[in-house]
Amino acid sequence: MSSLATAPAAALQGLLRARELGIVLALAALVAYTAAGNPRFLSGQSIRDILLNTAILAVMAAGQAVVVITRNIDLSVGSVLAVSAFGVATLMSANPSLPIVVALLAGLAVGAACGLLNGVLVRYGRVPALVVTLGTLYIYRGVTYSWAGGQQVNADELPPHFLRFANDSILGVPWLVLIAVVVIGGVSLMMRNYRLGREMYAMGSSPQAAELAGIRVARNTIGAFLLSGALAGLAGVLFAARFGTVDAAAGTGYELNVVAAVVVGGVAVFGGSGTVWGAGLGALLLTVIGSALAVLDINQFWQQAIVGALIVLAIGADRLVAVRIAGSLRKRDSHV
Amino acid sequence: MSDLRRRVASWDVLVVLLTVVVLVTAAGVVENFGTSRNATFLVLDLLPIALVALPMTLIIVTGEIDLSVASTLGLCSAVMGLLWNNGLSLESIIGICVLLGAVLGVVNGFLVTALGLPSLAVTIGTLALYRGLAFVVLGDGAVADFPLAFTGWVTGTIGGTPIPNVGIPLVVLAVLFGVALHATPFGRSLFAIGANAQAAHFSGIRVARTTFWLYVLSGAVAGLAGVLWTLRYSSARADNGAGLELAVVAAVLLGGVSIFGGKGTLPGVLAGVVLLAALQNALRLEDVSGQALNIVTGVLLVASVLLPNIATSIRTSWQRRRLRRAAAQ
Repeated sequence: MSSLATAPAAALQGLLRARELGIVLALAALVAYTAAGNPRFLSGQSIRDILLNTAILAVMAAGQAVVVITRNIDLSVGSVLAVSAFGVATLMSANPSLPIVVALLAGLAVGAACGLLNGVLVRYGRVPALVVTLGTLYIYRGVTYSWAGGQQVNADELPPHFLRFANDSILGVPWLVLIAVVVIGGVSLMMRNYRLGREMYAMGSSPQAAELAGIRVARNTIGAFLLSGALAGLAGVLFAARFGTVDAAAGTGYELNVVAAVVVGGVAVFGGSGTVWGAGLGALLLTVIGSALAVLDINQFWQQAIVGALIVLAIGADRLVAVRIAGSLRKRDSHV
Repeated sequence: MSDLRRRVASWDVLVVLLTVVVLVTAAGVVENFGTSRNATFLVLDLLPIALVALPMTLIIVTGEIDLSVASTLGLCSAVMGLLWNNGLSLESIIGICVLLGAVLGVVNGFLVTALGLPSLAVTIGTLALYRGLAFVVLGDGAVADFPLAFTGWVTGTIGGTPIPNVGIPLVVLAVLFGVALHATPFGRSLFAIGANAQAAHFSGIRVARTTFWLYVLSGAVAGLAGVLWTLRYSSARADNGAGLELAVVAAVLLGGVSIFGGKGTLPGVLAGVVLLAALQNALRLEDVSGQALNIVTGVLLVASVLLPNIATSIRTSWQRRRLRRAAAQ
């Protein structure tokens, strides 16, 4: 009996695994095709640039994936990035002697505060996540604009060690990439192996059932938004260090890219399925597409259209998998 | 009595009242707000949001969403520029652009209803797709040499009144949509779908077909908005209307439409549109940065759902206390 019960579960897991495999294959095909057209695509510098560009997106995608898995959405991440990036840049230009760690912690804290507000409004205000984070998308952006008042922080005002941080490597791996890998790995592990993560999947599958099963839905919901906010704040620090020039418009429209990365990475928009590392792969795929277009000398304007088509394709594929699973489950039930 | 109280306490009525208060206050306090010239600009500014908000209201009432509207607007604007450069007559271009908008809506509607994909994800995808295609069509250039006969009509006013000419199609469409939503079986079916799509299906409403046509309608209206946007600024650009979808959704939700569907009124939405536009206009006249206004928009948006929720929970806790006291006696 138990083998009968685990067989479909294993099949289901296999299909889900195939979902991420699909991204890996698409990625491999794209890289192979591009490298065949222009071998410089695989040069150290080119790979380095791609990974650096992926890092910021991937860090935000990790948080977004957790929020989406709990059947919510966080549209405010681009604005949170702006608050954090501008705040940290101002802090570092005023106190050039501060170590990097302080900048990272400040960014995390600012982001966490923004995320906490989102989570409290969603849970205790009983306002849908789409409405809350659409509202705070405006609010956080507006706060940044009022704070900046048309000013920007230029690279020459930032301490050199802060700017060097974006380009420095440890054992050949750039710090930004290392941070992104640690974040993706850590959050993936939390979602896969720990009780908190499994509870979040349960909440996304059925919020009512999760509540009835004694899962602390309130704590977990707020936790998910807190994490997404904190990681967007961290991304803000990385953004400031990488680009040097920060104004209030930093990260405008990033929410779209982040959601795109998560959806392309196989996280279902209605929650309960998908993985954080899949979202990370989604972020990588989107970045590679951008670079490949440039290398292949294809009109850059195609990039956004391709990303859009990819999102539609990804959710279509998910739908297909879901229908097939439902069909196989129904067949099994009819035999019993 | 209690019906009256519920009516007054409902959010859409509050928004209408708030809008009137803001308009009157701004006219009294803000210099130049009440001038007829400013009134014209106010209507021109709110026109694209108001137009797109009409079908958006219907879509959100059925519990779906269309985030691709601003990109549809942008793509239609870009195509308009391309066709004008290729020497087509503007009359036929306008027809083609509205038709193109409808076709883009067909794509959304097909993906959502025939394939059963979640509308939020689909229209985020087509948001990127349509905007990307707009850039493919026109690049980052602009087409600006539209004939004055058309651009002048869009910015012109009716006779000596401050009402711009484009107010006419807006009012006509608003009345049509309002009647359709609130006074026809079709409108009732939209509320039924939003309240419970499955129940609506079992009571004989063609849920998929209705939803499909709403997306087509939304695309066509967004196409028309793209044409008017292009003529108003006399500039066809691929990034026209970028980010407008958020303003439209904000206005619709602010107007008291529930994001879960099944609830909302068109007058409330129009009040929401006017409220946001009037605030923006007044603050700009007062030299407050337009970006700081984002804070007001965001707070109003969250408050539009939060305040009714708080009111409900206070009311239930009162009722519970009253019941408990009655039980104790």
